[in-house]
Formats: sequence, C-alpha cells, structure tokens
Amino acid sequence: MNVTTGLFYVFSAVLLFAAFRVITARNPVHAALYLVLTFFQASMIWMLLKAEFLSITLVLVYVGAVMVLFLFVVMMMDINVENLRVGFWKHFPLAAIVGVVIALEMAAVLMGGFRLVDDPNAVNAVAEGSNAKELGKLLFTQYLVQLEVAAAILLVAMIAAIALTLRARKDSKYVSPGDQVRVRSADRMTLVKMDATKAAVAPVVEDLEPKA
Amino acid sequence: MTLTLGHFLSLGAMLFALSVVGIFLNRRNLIVLLMAIELMLLAVNTNFVAFSHYLHDMHGQIFVFFILTVAAAESAIGLAILVLLFRNKSSISVDELNTLKG
Repeated sequence: MNVTTGLFYVFSAVLLFAAFRVITARNPVHAALYLVLTFFQASMIWMLLKAEFLSITLVLVYVGAVMVLFLFVVMMMDINVENLRVGFWKHFPLAAIVGVVIALEMAAVLMGGFRLVDDPNAVNAVAEGSNAKELGKLLFTQYLVQLEVAAAILLVAMIAAIALTLRARKDSKYVSPGDQVRVRSADRMTLVKMDATKAAVAPVVEDLEPKA
Repeated sequence: MTLTLGHFLSLGAMLFALSVVGIFLNRRNLIVLLMAIELMLLAVNTNFVAFSHYLHDMHGQIFVFFILTVAAAESAIGLAILVLLFRNKSSISVDELNTLKG
C-alpha cells in the first residue's frame, strides 16, 4: 500500500462523510459548508488522477463561486427549518435501502470488472507534461464550437438569473427618452373649443323634508 | 495493493447513491435538493476523470469541463428561481409548488 493509495482512502472517507452530512444536516448553512468540504476532497482525488487543471477549476469555480452563491441565497432567506424536515425520518428506511442497493451493486460490478491499473512503463499522454496545455490544445482546436456554445450558455444563464430576480421600482417617475425625441409640436398643446362663458344652471331645489 | 479504476468508480457510485438518498430524504427542502444534484454531477465527473486517466484519453476531461460549465449555469438559474419562489411564497417547501396543478 503506497502513499497514493493511503491518500485515496483518506480523501474518500472524508468525502463520503461530508456528503452524508450534506444530506442530513439540519441547518442549510451547515449543509452548504459541508458541500464545500466535499468539493475540496473531490478536487484532491482528481489531483491524484493527475487532472490538475480540472481540480483547480473545481476549487475556483465551485468553492469560490457556486458555493458562495449558495451561501448567499441560504443566508438571505429566513427559512423555517423544522417545517422542512417533516417526514424526514419517515422516508429514511426506503431511502437507506435504495441507497445501499445502488452502492453495493455498482461497487460489486465495478470492483470486479475494472481492474485497470496504472502501467508505469506505458507512455501516458494525459499524465505527461502540462495537463492544462493538453486540455487547451483540444479545447481550442477540436472543441472550439462547443467552447463557444458553453460561453453562450453561461451568458444566457447570467441574463436569465438577472431577469428573474430583477425587481424594478414601481413608484419611480421617469421620462422616456424615446418619447421625448419623437414628440411633435402638435402633441405638446391641445386646443379645446369651448364657450367663454357658460349659461348659469338653475340650482336644484332639494326636498328639505325628512323622508319617512 | 494499488489503485485500480474500480476504486474510483466505486467511490463515484457511493457518492451517487448518497445523493439519491439525499433526494429521498429532503423532499421538501429545495436548497438541499439542489445540493444533492450538485453531488450527483460531482460523482459523474469523478467517473469521467478516472476513465480519462486510466484509458489515457484526454476527451473525458473535456467532457468534465463542459459539465462544470452547464452545472454552474444550472445552479445559477436554480438559485434565481428559488429566490423568486421565496419572495412570492415566503417558503421554499416543494409541497407548496402546486400553482400549476389543474
């Protein structure tokens, strides 16, 4: 058992513990913080697999941006936690059975069927040299169109998030510049034809007697 | 005992199973549901990176890159919808999302 194997088991144990705490934490803020820990451990495991660029991206993008966004949203809302946990333990037996079955079956198949090991003598183009350089070469040649599409998706997501949460003030008074430019002199003043004096209207005599 | 591809795939499977359990347990809490979806994507990404490493194929990591992009967009829009929901209903319980029910 070499160092890498030991590190793998340590990272995996912390990862699974943190993931378990994410789904069982009472407080959503704690869940978000445990999710940060989970992403960090996953990034370390990717580092063991010599995917340096992606593992750093995971920390920068997920821990730095997405999880901070999660924390902002969680802390912005005044959530009644107890109300959300009604029926939590009612579903637990079914959930545990489903989860254990999934994990055991997949582990049984995967541990038996995928015995690939790192061959130290083989020339590994993925692990050799700069990981970011290899990734960049592929991204900017073979996957250029997909990269542009990904950028467009991010732009659409940004616009959608802003448009969804934007709340314009309803009581603000403003002048529309378009209307100002398009105005004609005829729109500014309207002449109304009417008599200079009006005939006096005879006052209506009210019935002063109280009604029965 | 050296690490095989199966070790990493099993880790991904366990993480995926945990997040499925999380979706079962937190059926009312929309925030934790979003977090469980993020965990699922993380499990899938771990599988991709492991395959990429052991099969000496860089394309798996490219795929992870795009999954990360889409997941970031998804969580941004999901959280925006969540904020909107909380503003209108003062609650994030999934049970109250029945406006479209006929």
